[in-house]
Amino acid sequence: MNVNASLIVKLIAVAAIACVPISGESFYVELVAKMLLMAIFAMSLDLLVGFTGLVSFGHAAYFGIAAYSVALFTAKFGQMSLWVMLPAAILLSAAAALVIGIFVIRTKGIYFIMVTLAFAQMAYFVFHDTPLGGGSDGVYVDARPTAAIGSWVPFDLDNELHMFYFVLVMMLLVYLFLHRVLQSPFGRVLMGIKSNEHRMQSLGYFTFGYKLAAFTLAGALGGVAGFLYAVLFGFVTPELLSWHESGNVLLMVILGGMGNLAGAVLGAFAFEAMREFFADITKYWQLLMGGVIVALVLFLPGGLTAIPGRIKRALQGGGAK
Amino acid sequence: MDFASFLIQVLNSLQYGLLLFLVASGLTLVFGIMGIINLAHGSFYMIGAYLAFVLTSATGSLVLAIALGIPLALIFGALLEWALFSHLYKRDHLEQVLLTYGLILIFEQLRSLLVGDDVHGVAIPAFLDASIQLTEVMSYPVYRLAISVVCIVLAVALYYVIQRTRLGMMIRAGNDDRSMVEALGININMIYRVVFALGVALAALAGMLAAPISSVFPNMGSHVLIISFVIVVIGGIGSVWGALVAALIVGFADTFGKVLLPEISGMIVYLVMAVVLLWRPEGILKKG
Amino acid sequence: MDKHYKIVCNLILGAALVTTGMGSALAQDKVKVGLMLPYTGTFAALGNNITNGFKQYVEENGGKLAGREVQYVVVDDESNPARATEIARRLVTRDKVDVLIGSVHSGVALAAARVAANTKTLMIVPNAGANEITGAQCSPYVFRSSFSAWQPSYAMGEALAKRGVKNVVTLAWKYSFGTESVEGFTEGFTKGGGKIVKDMSLPFPNVEFQPFLTEIAALKPDAVFVFFAGAGAAKFVSDYAAAGLKGSIPLYGPGFLSEDVAAMGGAGEGLQTTLHYADGLNTERDNAFRTAYAAAYKAQPDVYAVQGYDAAQMYHAGLKAANGDPGKLDAVIDGIRAATIDSPRGSFTLSKAHNPVQDIYLREVKDGKNAVVEVVSAGLEDPARGCSM
Repeated sequence: MNVNASLIVKLIAVAAIACVPISGESFYVELVAKMLLMAIFAMSLDLLVGFTGLVSFGHAAYFGIAAYSVALFTAKFGQMSLWVMLPAAILLSAAAALVIGIFVIRTKGIYFIMVTLAFAQMAYFVFHDTPLGGGSDGVYVDARPTAAIGSWVPFDLDNELHMFYFVLVMMLLVYLFLHRVLQSPFGRVLMGIKSNEHRMQSLGYFTFGYKLAAFTLAGALGGVAGFLYAVLFGFVTPELLSWHESGNVLLMVILGGMGNLAGAVLGAFAFEAMREFFADITKYWQLLMGGVIVALVLFLPGGLTAIPGRIKRALQGGGAK
Repeated sequence: MDFASFLIQVLNSLQYGLLLFLVASGLTLVFGIMGIINLAHGSFYMIGAYLAFVLTSATGSLVLAIALGIPLALIFGALLEWALFSHLYKRDHLEQVLLTYGLILIFEQLRSLLVGDDVHGVAIPAFLDASIQLTEVMSYPVYRLAISVVCIVLAVALYYVIQRTRLGMMIRAGNDDRSMVEALGININMIYRVVFALGVALAALAGMLAAPISSVFPNMGSHVLIISFVIVVIGGIGSVWGALVAALIVGFADTFGKVLLPEISGMIVYLVMAVVLLWRPEGILKKG
Repeated sequence: MDKHYKIVCNLILGAALVTTGMGSALAQDKVKVGLMLPYTGTFAALGNNITNGFKQYVEENGGKLAGREVQYVVVDDESNPARATEIARRLVTRDKVDVLIGSVHSGVALAAARVAANTKTLMIVPNAGANEITGAQCSPYVFRSSFSAWQPSYAMGEALAKRGVKNVVTLAWKYSFGTESVEGFTEGFTKGGGKIVKDMSLPFPNVEFQPFLTEIAALKPDAVFVFFAGAGAAKFVSDYAAAGLKGSIPLYGPGFLSEDVAAMGGAGEGLQTTLHYADGLNTERDNAFRTAYAAAYKAQPDVYAVQGYDAAQMYHAGLKAANGDPGKLDAVIDGIRAATIDSPRGSFTLSKAHNPVQDIYLREVKDGKNAVVEVVSAGLEDPARGCSM
């Protein structure tokens, strides 16, 4: 696909998503809003997995920390201003990622996977077990943040449509931001680290710093998704930080095809749609889901975004690889 | 804590640590030698426990169930390696994570379809169903001590196989340099199959041994998976001795944490892990 | 919204919407029941038994409630609170169920109760015991057919104090159900003059109990009160017996401790627990229920089946009061509030906060059954703290 064709496809996709509220079915509006925020989450992880080569298996921690910050701040201070709460949530997630990053960046490969997992479990226990987190049953978010600036109210998150478009705009902003980051010199270094870290080191790059920066940035953007989740659903639970959620977002990234922002978005949509669909048709949805995952890994290593290329190759090469 | 209680807590720590070692040893072998990250390891533990339940119900004896269960687990492991894992060696860790994650879902659902979702107990073999009086009110079940003995025997046996036998030599060589081993004409694929089957059997054996004291229930595998990960990380990937040391550390930290620091007992093993990582990022006994 | 925008959007979305059949017309004469319960994972057996109980009552009424045929929309909630809001919203806003029945896990039930309250949808909780559901988070739209965590534990506290037990050690999983149970027990026990020597807890769902058994042996209290459920309960009771404590220090707990008595081997024999249901009640109502259940499902009913059965009874009472029209929600709610539910556990009414006001039984495990000993607290009502209804 050339650049223009790909851009046109993306624009049509955005237009189609923007039109979802017209259906008037609030369930679908909310479902698509959830897909959008999961897309942010998946993109933030793709920055690590697909572009820097760091397979984090504890990314749900940053999602959960931001989501919890919304619930706990609102419980303590009453309705929050969006312009305070959003940066605060992002900062907390980023700070957690920075601290954890200092520990985990030193490790590599399988170690990195397991250590990120273990730290996420630690965060899980903080919210599940300690009085700070409000207990294992979860916490309600009693009021969505207000967007009011003085007496001027640019939009109202309690309005279903406004909320939906707010999530959509955030998703687009994160996409454009990451797109920009990846094309910057910083992004080039990250991709260099992925393909050969030793070479980057011998070229004089302090790769630890770059990796830590990427880890922190990914945590911050994961926090954006977690913030939106808490605002959209009004309920947070320790399960948001569980390793199953970390696994699910990894699945989204690989489903779409790693190292491809649009792929991460597509993966998030496909994953959520698949869960809805399977759970709708059978009690035994886990069997289907597990089967699809196994088949995906064995037969479609490049993810969904690799399908057009594979078809093209198959046609040209007469089916041979 | 009086001195008698302290000693009993030490015993508790050792016994818990040894049981954890049994689960983690298979995981560290598969990690270290094959470079495969296997989330379904907990499922093999679960499958072992259910095998113990089903076979004990059928044969009336846990010992017989274990004798039948181990070969079954070995065959199952070899089949899985042949059908799925052998395609993964040259692939990303990420894909290994996903494949094994998918397997967890499949195994759990199959378990539900085949055996149902109820909690089951497994009877302790009659000759081990006794207790040793320790204090005037507290006694210690013989079965728990028996498990510890089995764990120690297995640890020694693993050490012997890996350090002293031809198979162990090949395994160690495969761990160090895959292409070299292939150049020497050794069938590395067969070694991998054996190691993977061994890993599955170790996890299943842990499940079978634990079944009488932990009971058998849905999702039981996910409870041991994470703690096994922590042990492998602390001990150093691929090191069986490291796993033993780490499992004992975790056993002590968990036992005494619960009694002395109840407020943070859920986090204590992770804190231990963080400290170890600061000190030695590659684990206490990194191989090679 | 701008007209042109609508037209453009309809063109883009049109095909997809038609094929998925969103917003399709529903059969108006049926009443739609949304079953949001765990069918996979640790609590799958509970979800199935609740479903069986619910369906049994409907079948006893010829497949109808108040003259309406019942249509089920069944969804697996996975006991995952992270997805609960989404699943509850799906049942309410897309499938447009008339009543939401769910769930087992308290976190899931709390998330779903929030959806029910916000969307003004009737919900009946057939198990989850979190006090908040009919306490601080109570809602006119949310009922419970089961119990509050406080109820059986408070009754046990009172009963032990009355027996003259003085010093007790408590032990529970450190999660809401465990903490609330211990609080309820402590309230009832200390009010009667008892003293908690030590309050211990361990992370859920950790089952390495040995360090605590050693502590208990060192403290030598008059009795031990614990909260565990499911497989953890079976393991604790077995470990307690294996540590030799069973003979010297009596063990008590809410009835979830002895639900899986078959998995404990003989270790459970003699164990006393409190709950709102028991084996061997031997009332005409209970016997009829058990016979019918055993015939239909080839299994003995348990407390979860009763709770599912009673959820159906409660909704039936509400529907009858509204002349079979689920749309008249106020009438349905008033109907349930006013009803006396003729439950297999013994009849009960609903408190102002919509929690059952019910008898709590002391039970003792005999021959693998939780045989009733006596009613230790008749007509016990949850204090519904924080509820302003």
